[in-house]
Amino acid sequence: MKPDARPFPARRVEAVVVGASAGGIEALLALLHGIPPPWRLPVVVVLHLPEGHQSHLAEIFAERLHMPVHEAADKMPVAPDCLYFAPPGYHLSIERDRCFSLSCEPPVHFSRPSIDVLMASAADAYGPALAGFLLTGANDDGAEGLLRIHMAGGLTAVQDPEEAQIPTMPRAAIARHSPDHVLALRELRTLLLQLESAHAH
Amino acid sequence: MNPNAASLPLPSALSNTEIELRLLMEAIYLRYSYDFRNYTVASQKRRVLHALAQLGLPSISALQEKVLRDPLLFGRLLEFLTIPVSEMFRDPAYFLALRRHVVPILHTYASLKVWVAGCSTGEEVFSLAILLREEGLLSRTQIYATDINPASLEKARQGIFPIESIRGYTANYQRAGGRSSFSDYYTAAYDAARFDPALCADVIFADHSLATDSVFAETQFVSCRNVLIYFNRELQDRALGLFHESLCHRGFLGLGAKESIDFSSYAGRFDAHSQPERIYRKAT
Repeated sequence: MKPDARPFPARRVEAVVVGASAGGIEALLALLHGIPPPWRLPVVVVLHLPEGHQSHLAEIFAERLHMPVHEAADKMPVAPDCLYFAPPGYHLSIERDRCFSLSCEPPVHFSRPSIDVLMASAADAYGPALAGFLLTGANDDGAEGLLRIHMAGGLTAVQDPEEAQIPTMPRAAIARHSPDHVLALRELRTLLLQLESAHAH
Repeated sequence: MNPNAASLPLPSALSNTEIELRLLMEAIYLRYSYDFRNYTVASQKRRVLHALAQLGLPSISALQEKVLRDPLLFGRLLEFLTIPVSEMFRDPAYFLALRRHVVPILHTYASLKVWVAGCSTGEEVFSLAILLREEGLLSRTQIYATDINPASLEKARQGIFPIESIRGYTANYQRAGGRSSFSDYYTAAYDAARFDPALCADVIFADHSLATDSVFAETQFVSCRNVLIYFNRELQDRALGLFHESLCHRGFLGLGAKESIDFSSYAGRFDAHSQPERIYRKAT
């Protein structure tokens, strides 16, 4: 059920970018599973996987969620009702015209796709109309990107390191700036639903 | 005032960085005729900011002032602006699909012309040359390998690659359906592997820009992988237009694993030939 109560200050954003690595699939499922349709807020995810693995993230999540799920493709427009995953082996950016672009630049924090790259480009594209979520993970990727979202006036939310399966990534983000929210997954989900509701209406 | 204007999302103003970036690309174009004006912004911005840090310059404007007057500095900047990242038999499935689904049709031509557009430091050129030799086509094939970066072209001409890359290349070669032993194609010396120069006997390495130059030959196959992702839609269309013009009737176009023509204005002018591997064929 979508809650009527709005426990968080009202914010309108046009997209949500999410970063996670170790433990990320479970965390992301906890965040999104069981949300009833319709869904009207683009969610773009970088989830680190071991290098060389073929990604089936889009298929895995499409089977479990009631929203369209795609692997982001080069020049694909960011549709308002979809969940996107970065393809493995490429950095994913969002351009100012709200289309995706891919690149083969060297890995950042040993990661390609990198959360920092997605978040910084999305901060440029959306400015204050962006929310960034950073979840469980075992490296520092995302800390810089979340800071860039914050500096552009966007909303930042970090999974509570006490709850995160691997707290390194949330802790690194909190060390770089004071996120708007540090929350358990259950509350992050409430925040996400509220953002969707504010965006859709 | 348009009464509906308030409900439309306001386009956010360009940041100073983006304005400086555009001015830099305009300056480079006017001074050196290299046209980066229609490259995707996110990646270009990262590369220029990286160059600033490496060159010890405080701002893009400062870089512009120096680059205008210093061709050597421009040469260094070019290394940052182009992405010389490649490997041999990258995405082995692509080369396997070429062997299985394209080579049989290429055999029907008496002579072949192949264009490797954006060949960078040559890894793809040597991979294709090896594949064509194994398939009995190399002796009747003229390969054009083009790039905008003269330093990359020079490296490509030499065919010398770091020895530490060879293990990965060998694995790729095997997964790409290699018919021989990969070590047959190079001689190792110290920290380098020098590839058989005969592979490149019929390769023309040439300076060519997809942004400013035109078609130079009729070809049966164009391979242009992980180049178009750095172009905005307008420039992608220009490049695809060149490929379309260059390709013979029902000629083949190979793109990168995550590239597609679906979002370009050429979407209807190529048929998917081997879709997962991004091999297209010029539509009739």
